[in-house]
Amino acid sequence: MVEKTLLSVENLQLHYQTRRGIARAVDGVSFDIRANEALVVLGESGCGKSSLAKALLRVLPRNVHRFSGRIMLGETDIMNLGQEAFRRDVQWTRIAMVMQAAMNALNPVVRVGEQVAEPLRVHLGWSRQRSLERVAKTFELVGVSTDFLQRYPFELSGGMRQRVVLAMALVTEPELVILDEPTSALDVLTQASIMNVLKRIKQEQGTSFMLITHDVATSSEIADRVALMYAGQVVEVADAGDFFHQPAHPYSQMLMASVPRLRQEDEPAHIPGQPPDLIDVPEGCRFADRCPSRFQRCDREPEPFRVSARRHVRCWLHAPDATGGGDS
Amino acid sequence: MSAMPDTAAAPAQSTPLLSVRDLHTWFELRQWGFLRVGSVRAVDGVSFDLARGESVAFVGESGCGKSSLARTLLGLYRPTSGDVVFDGHHLSELAGKDMQWYRASVGYVQQDPYGALPPFMDVRRILAEPLRIHGVTDRQEQERRIRQVLDEVRLGPAEAVLEKFPHMLSGGQQQRVVIARALVLEPSMIIADEPVSMLDASVRVEILNLLRRIQTERELTLAFITHDLSTVRHYADRIFVMYAGRVVEQAPVSELLDHPQHPYTQALLAAIADVDAANAQHQREVPLGEPPSLLHPPPGCRFHPRCPQAMAGTCDVDDPPVFEPRPGHQSACWLHR
Repeated sequence: MVEKTLLSVENLQLHYQTRRGIARAVDGVSFDIRANEALVVLGESGCGKSSLAKALLRVLPRNVHRFSGRIMLGETDIMNLGQEAFRRDVQWTRIAMVMQAAMNALNPVVRVGEQVAEPLRVHLGWSRQRSLERVAKTFELVGVSTDFLQRYPFELSGGMRQRVVLAMALVTEPELVILDEPTSALDVLTQASIMNVLKRIKQEQGTSFMLITHDVATSSEIADRVALMYAGQVVEVADAGDFFHQPAHPYSQMLMASVPRLRQEDEPAHIPGQPPDLIDVPEGCRFADRCPSRFQRCDREPEPFRVSARRHVRCWLHAPDATGGGDS
Repeated sequence: MSAMPDTAAAPAQSTPLLSVRDLHTWFELRQWGFLRVGSVRAVDGVSFDLARGESVAFVGESGCGKSSLARTLLGLYRPTSGDVVFDGHHLSELAGKDMQWYRASVGYVQQDPYGALPPFMDVRRILAEPLRIHGVTDRQEQERRIRQVLDEVRLGPAEAVLEKFPHMLSGGQQQRVVIARALVLEPSMIIADEPVSMLDASVRVEILNLLRRIQTERELTLAFITHDLSTVRHYADRIFVMYAGRVVEQAPVSELLDHPQHPYTQALLAAIADVDAANAQHQREVPLGEPPSLLHPPPGCRFHPRCPQAMAGTCDVDDPPVFEPRPGHQSACWLHR
């Protein structure tokens, strides 16, 4: 694996102004994605994982209250790019995205081939002919017959529409593809075949992926690294093997124990309580109210402690001076 | 597949609570409102028995007919042919008061809790409504039963939720209200259609545990419909696997998960990952193609166009009957001949 860092995010904040107050959807998030690496951002609904994706691609709603931090894409500081330069040099040319439920957002009256060609024509200014040739190649890559270029979305099954949307993100050959819940509305067999396509593309094209999902089992189909989010923050980021088999943060441990497993007798255990309101986040550790290992220090907010070279955990148990805490 | 043999269809017990024989639910398709173009065979020859106090799961992909089956059992769709017998009563013969009795006896837990709850009613009214319709008009009696059922679904203290409207509750709490509503008339059977697919992972387990506990305590028959095989092990006694309108395999839970017989079930199980970092290293085997159109299902076995073990001349010609390759384990596949 290439050790080059492709994307580096430091202390990213994205807060929204709402009628009830300020919602801290992304609140001090840092992580790296290396070239040809797949990072899975795990989290339950409302933890800020979709906002994180939107922040990276700068697809923001109007009520943004605060958007700050540092985002480096290769050598480019994309946080400081102007809107026009960002649209021309980053959006879709270097980072593309499959939005949540995008397969249901295809234009019903435009042939799918034309729709997939759009990023090439808009962001790269290619001719129609040249774009359609590239689209045909991309269709083959994602496993859609080129006969489908002339079809309309309603003529395709859910799995095929998801492949088309994936083709739309891949057609410009971006370095990073962000996928927001790419398989959550699909059937088991279709899910597995979409994950197969992603694995193949990662291997053959060297693309990096950031996959956002709440589904732990599906995430293990592609993850090299896992970042677990809770209440707007990344509470643990680690290599996939370490995360799945030896989770460090109490929330990670409870989440892994709540996953039902087909081939194991252990009964899954639920996590009592509810995540905090992003408008009124508690001081101190945000998971403390639900945490079985809570102790005095948890009244203050932990920082992401570096537990090992490839693992950060935002929990006082893993503070460098903690007794009996850090386990690596 | 024709009628399942009666033996071993249910644990050896007295009469089954629910008995379904050769059930078909077809929907007629028309063009311009009058031209008949054919029928969508959503449920196409399904037979089974459910014992009292048994929990079963119907598993299948979207479009396999599992929701149509649920809605037929609930009396929301009229079957095209076949028989549903509940507690000795033929569903097709029920009308008026008897139908009302049936609706009180079979509770329904919907998939999308938010869509299932009327937004303009508070929790008290949502739970009082079925009682009122079924003749419990005494306010104190209503209140007593509402509090009892809220306690049962662990939505207490009652004062904190009774005045709330659905949008003020979390997804998990909404689903508890839906379950409470299904229980308030003291049914003997609950049909739950994808009860947790809209909920977060950690809440899912909580709701499934709740359903299982209530089912055991009340000795209810629970039929739950799901596309997610990984959740069924702890929450059902038997599994029915459906494909293209038919039940292709049924067996007790661990028997089916550990020794799947039908090639479709085998494919389904092979596609499901248990969390493991090694998953990312290899491609998963997935049968080609997609489930057939229910308007023009293929002749013979409906899985044969995708089946890696299909035998030409047999599977593409004749409907496979139900075989019993292992004791208590039924599979409709020619491989077991």
